[in-house]
Amino acid sequence: MSDMTPTSAERAAKLEGMGCKRKRVEDIRFTQGKGNYVDDIKLPGMLYGDFTRSPHAHARVKKIDTTKASALPGVVSVITAETLKTVNLAWMPTLAGDVQMVLADGKVLFQNQEVAFVIAEDRYTAADAAELVEVEYEALPCNVDPLKAMAKDAPVIREDIKDKKEGAHGPRKHYNHIFNWQAGNKAAADAAFAKADVTIKEMIVYPRVHPCPLETCQCVASFDKVKGELTLYGTFQAPHVIRTVGSLISKIPEHKIHVIAPDIGGGFGNKVGAYPGYICSIVASIVTGRPVKWTEDRIENLSTTAFARDFHMETEIACTRDGKILGLRCNTIADHGAFDACANATKWPAGLFSIISGSYDIPAAHVSVDGVYTNKAPGGVAYRCSFRVTEAAYAIERAMDIMAQKLGMDPADFRMKNLIRREQFPYTSAFGWVYDSGDYQTALQKAMQAVSYKKLRAEQAQRQEAFKRGETRELMGIGVVFFTEIVGAGPSRNCDILGIAMFDSAEIRIHPTGSGICRLGTKSQGQGHETTYAQIIATELGLPADNITVEEGNTDTAPYGLGTYGSRSTPVSGAATAMACRKIKAKAQMIAAYMLEVHDDDLEWDVDRFRVKGNPERFKTMTELAWAAYHEVPPGMEPGLEAVDYYDPPNFTFPFGAYVCVVDVDVDTGMIKVRRFYALDDCGTRINPMIIEGQIHGGLTEAFGIAMGQEIHYDDDGNVTTASLMDYFLPTAVETPHWETDWTTTPSPHHPIGAKGVGESPNVGGVPCFSNAVNDAFKFLGSTHIQMPHDNWRTWMAADKLGLHQ
Amino acid sequence: MATSQVSMTVNGKKVEQLVEPRTLLIHFLREQLMLTGQHIGCDTSHCGACTVDLDGKSVKSCTMFAVQANGADIRTIEGMVNSDGTLHALQEGFREMHGLQCGFCTPGMIMRAYRLLQENPSPSEEEIRFGISGNLCRCTGYQNIVKAIQFAAAKLKGVPYQEAAE
Repeated sequence: MSDMTPTSAERAAKLEGMGCKRKRVEDIRFTQGKGNYVDDIKLPGMLYGDFTRSPHAHARVKKIDTTKASALPGVVSVITAETLKTVNLAWMPTLAGDVQMVLADGKVLFQNQEVAFVIAEDRYTAADAAELVEVEYEALPCNVDPLKAMAKDAPVIREDIKDKKEGAHGPRKHYNHIFNWQAGNKAAADAAFAKADVTIKEMIVYPRVHPCPLETCQCVASFDKVKGELTLYGTFQAPHVIRTVGSLISKIPEHKIHVIAPDIGGGFGNKVGAYPGYICSIVASIVTGRPVKWTEDRIENLSTTAFARDFHMETEIACTRDGKILGLRCNTIADHGAFDACANATKWPAGLFSIISGSYDIPAAHVSVDGVYTNKAPGGVAYRCSFRVTEAAYAIERAMDIMAQKLGMDPADFRMKNLIRREQFPYTSAFGWVYDSGDYQTALQKAMQAVSYKKLRAEQAQRQEAFKRGETRELMGIGVVFFTEIVGAGPSRNCDILGIAMFDSAEIRIHPTGSGICRLGTKSQGQGHETTYAQIIATELGLPADNITVEEGNTDTAPYGLGTYGSRSTPVSGAATAMACRKIKAKAQMIAAYMLEVHDDDLEWDVDRFRVKGNPERFKTMTELAWAAYHEVPPGMEPGLEAVDYYDPPNFTFPFGAYVCVVDVDVDTGMIKVRRFYALDDCGTRINPMIIEGQIHGGLTEAFGIAMGQEIHYDDDGNVTTASLMDYFLPTAVETPHWETDWTTTPSPHHPIGAKGVGESPNVGGVPCFSNAVNDAFKFLGSTHIQMPHDNWRTWMAADKLGLHQ
Repeated sequence: MATSQVSMTVNGKKVEQLVEPRTLLIHFLREQLMLTGQHIGCDTSHCGACTVDLDGKSVKSCTMFAVQANGADIRTIEGMVNSDGTLHALQEGFREMHGLQCGFCTPGMIMRAYRLLQENPSPSEEEIRFGISGNLCRCTGYQNIVKAIQFAAAKLKGVPYQEAAE
């Protein structure tokens, strides 16, 4: 070999494969305003739809008069539940086994519920006409408090199922009860509590919040009467699911529905479900014979399509005197609003909430979750987390601090003592989850060293003394969190959505000149899939990432998949991508063997080529093999070089991390300054460190928003009081802290490339870390738990309650 | 509904159109001129996705009628590439520093940053954070947007970009 021949390492670097901070492919169009989002779509003859919505949280609909609205010039049609009944679409099934009104049928059950859908020539006329629909209501008593939902005299929310004793997930014990779901071993947990030296019990509330992506939910439905075909463009995190659900409820054959999810302006769980706007647009297009666009405004988005959390978790831990955890119990009331439209794997009404034992070796544990109906918007989506994992992480991580406080132990020491040890992996939790891999102690130690934890505690002690002496009005708080996630839903034995197993897919075609296209069942909403999937292929096949087009979101061309949420793209479709590559590579190896006239086994892989073992100068590059696949395949082999893989993961993956936050709280104003936030994440094999870091920054910022100010709040009359960006807190660049990121790498043993998923970790770990920091500041004054969100007002109130303003 | 004639300069080109008096500037740009780069994220002037540069100021085009922009000189993201077709320093900076994810806020953010750098060619991190506080991003946590703007500031001044020490 001449000295000019590039080394393996040089050739590998040129591919921009896994581990490379590859710049994003998507950014070329996004930075020039050339993205193609749903509202950018303009079809010939397109009409616009808009909703008349209910001002009441709970009311009987006595009469709907559409005369004036219909008479307005430019209005084409007005649809009500009566119209929808003629096509049997007044109600639609939810992903959680419930049914939901598409348009108000006899009653409205939450404020801003959809009552009528107006279709007009332009969006302004549609908005005008929506105001002209006259609705006569008879107000009913309402309830927005989940803890009162099962009271004897609580208002009946769902008259349609009032007498049904059996729900989609078992027996119902009250007319406002949806399900009871339990996991773990109650007898064992109770026994652990009976013998414990120390126990704690706290009602930990994770308030109702909303994912609030910057682009709201939108669609364009276009029904072709001649062909009997529907094309539906929309902000869909799961386009294939929308196609199947759309076919099942509209009775349009599935092959005649074309779902296209173009560029999506953020999702965070908001764009998983099927909403009345989609159904109404489809019906409107069928009725009018013209394309119909529907775009939510921000108020509609915050008050109707998908909320998250609203989990009221009474959490208990039992311990020995020296701080070894014996047991965990949690009884939760889950507020699902007026319809159970929760986006979970169908068999899991409380999602993966039983990850609540977290990162700790807890021998006995039990959880029970009761879902209830209230006069609030339906939803229950996973806002940047795997199903109900952030709720679980919040409960356990707050409870760990409360227990450490009672034991008089440092919260980091208490965690270290109870972490699952490296040698225990694969570890089976008390709830039966098999944690794939982890090295928790190393991660926590690294985090403690990185922030000089002991010094921070020493400083805090000094400042507490100074506070007591009246020399300062600021309290210092240190939040420590060690979280474990469960992502990558999921194994078909555990997970399905309406019966469809939660596999995912990749189809790769390599072209004769050594470039190719990869299509997948997932759908990026900003995660950078066009960049990162190509990096997996680059490493697996030895072709430059720049030569690979990644395409998602068109159900006609993409293989079936369940979409992107719950950090499942890398664990599931990423695995499918690697497996499809390996099928291609196996064929390429046979072609190489034929060309080099050796046995397959005499070849070895070297970055971008197969070479003859012991004779590295005899080789065929993947580019050469791609060409050969189309013109000189071995006798009997079919030509071409492509593969599809449907990957059913053998297990979930379990990313983890150690976070530390330092805050300074002004007790007189309630203002909280985040002095420092350090996040160590272990997501297994890292595909693109730049994108990982970006995801962590973004997730931490969302966590900061949730912990410090977000709440979808209702007053006692059921008015939603936080439905615009005037009242719903989205952090700006000014409040957002500086983020420090770090990592360890513990590959998943069951994933083809060892990757675990990362996008949601910072939300799951971040929220309890901020909350722990704020709570930690007040702890020495005898406070045990202050509820989120920690906005200035609530923080001031907490200080006031502790007598700090006297 | 009655319409009014408006004329303005958009990305260096003179445009004359009829609009309803109530047509918002963002709808005029997006639906009449088909300049869909700027987006609509909130309808209440909070998010800044619709930010354009208008007569030397950053303007949220969802909060202005098209008729109010009569005679104005407007620049949108579509008018940002350099005359030789290369990316503007800000567009390059956002890509180099990973200052975007879903891309929805990006055109508004770049137009805001463009005006910020006109007013202050060497902003500190704090000045950048205050300067873009009328523009919301749900994906990036702003840290890399700050770097993207610093990158562009350096490039526009012809000096090498140096990342601040952590």
